[in-house]
Amino acid sequence: MFTSGRELLRLCDRYNCLISDIVIMKEKQLTDKDERQIRERLAQSLEVMRASAKSAVENPMKTVGSMIEGDAKRMDEYTQKGDTLCGDIVNFAMTCALSCSEVNASMGRICAAPTAGSCGIVPAVLLTCEKRYSLDSKAINDALLTASGIGIIIATNATVAGAEGGCQAECGAAAAMAAGAAVQIMGGTPAQSLNAAAIALKNVMGLVCDPIAGLVESPCAKRNASGAVNAMISADMTMSGIVSAIPFDETVDAMYRVGRMLPMQLRETALGGVAAQPSAKIVEHRVFGTR
Amino acid sequence: MNDYSIFDIMGPIMIGPSSSHTAGAARLGNVARSIVGKPFRKVIFSLHGSFANTYKGHGTDKALVAGVLGMKPNDERLRNSLEEAQRQGIEVVFQQTDLGECHENTVKMDFFAQNGEMYSVTGSSIGGGNIVITDIDGYDVEINGMSPTIIVRQHDTKGVISAISTLLANNDINIAVMKLKRKKRGDEASTIIETDGEVSSDIIDALKKIENIVDVKYVSPSNM
Repeated sequence: MFTSGRELLRLCDRYNCLISDIVIMKEKQLTDKDERQIRERLAQSLEVMRASAKSAVENPMKTVGSMIEGDAKRMDEYTQKGDTLCGDIVNFAMTCALSCSEVNASMGRICAAPTAGSCGIVPAVLLTCEKRYSLDSKAINDALLTASGIGIIIATNATVAGAEGGCQAECGAAAAMAAGAAVQIMGGTPAQSLNAAAIALKNVMGLVCDPIAGLVESPCAKRNASGAVNAMISADMTMSGIVSAIPFDETVDAMYRVGRMLPMQLRETALGGVAAQPSAKIVEHRVFGTR
Repeated sequence: MNDYSIFDIMGPIMIGPSSSHTAGAARLGNVARSIVGKPFRKVIFSLHGSFANTYKGHGTDKALVAGVLGMKPNDERLRNSLEEAQRQGIEVVFQQTDLGECHENTVKMDFFAQNGEMYSVTGSSIGGGNIVITDIDGYDVEINGMSPTIIVRQHDTKGVISAISTLLANNDINIAVMKLKRKKRGDEASTIIETDGEVSSDIIDALKKIENIVDVKYVSPSNM
């Protein structure tokens, strides 16, 4: 039905509908599931997201590398004091994202979106929108569909694997998905959703995947927090009328090409970037002993 | 170019931290358990490539054990699977190995059944929680665990395949994919059948009674 942003927008135009409507039509065509079944399964994903965005705030979790334990709770307590630079909305989003990452690193239950390493970004943005705009469950379900549609286009034309494209392919894709979903929630057009997705992806173009000791903890969790904020500012820039000079499809293509140019050391091997620094080696030694 | 479902992107729901090293590993263990289909007392996991190098950091060991104990990739007991294996009196051994030309994330699982028999299942975690079983007891196979799959071991002789397909057709089971492998002519052969619908244990038992069929195993789809 669609493999590119352009085709997706053409369909939205032809049927005069939202991205989420086209995404559900495509899913019905691809699988033998009806709309109710698809929406129910998405609602289950949302429940897992909701739980993981909260549980590490309430109970800090033990992670393998002990690098991010308690960060979600720390962020929440700081936000509650009410004296932050960025305000409650941005800090709430970061807290949700950090919680999902902490749950993931502690072998808790998460919903990959699009990957486990980037599992905090879409939940953080959707839950922040829910809080800000008092959304009903249909609106969130629609937003998940729109985010999925954007993710499908990125996975089809580029990649969402850090081992292939670096962190831009994981946290960048997640931010693009979340930005497009947020714009739909805010009443933007399908074209504006893709505009926001393009901005979010451009903002982290070239971001390398350099996990310390090979663990999905640091810098991954903080990049989930910044990815959520990236998505939200991309949505706001779009709703202000700012236009991405490079359209979504070209941005996705650029991300893929940049990913191909990244040396192996910067694609999830823990051999380059911050993972190759002395402090990272100390962590590696602490966790794994001699290696 | 793949045709992605929503749930390839928004999912799987899984225990972290890695879809390939944790969720995929749990599915490998799970499908292997269902292929073996008998109570066992010991499993040796021989880890290859990236699995061998990074298994501790990603909980690949816990995920594999959880899988062979029957837990799904989204089961929160996964992180305590090593203790659970001990509680059930199942010995698990991990060793790093080189399995030669195969995917980076490959594991060979040797099962020691309680009745003294041994089974060997090898498979790879190929990304996003997807897997492929590549070898069962020395036979090349290709099982992704997404469709109901019947694994038949038979004497390599005329008429066995037609008897299998007739029995399935009579029970209203449509064959989606059928692959036949043999070690050498006239020896034992193996048939892998993917079907459109689930297959009942009655039908599996009926298949076992067909002349020249040595063994039949059934793998339910292991969705996440």
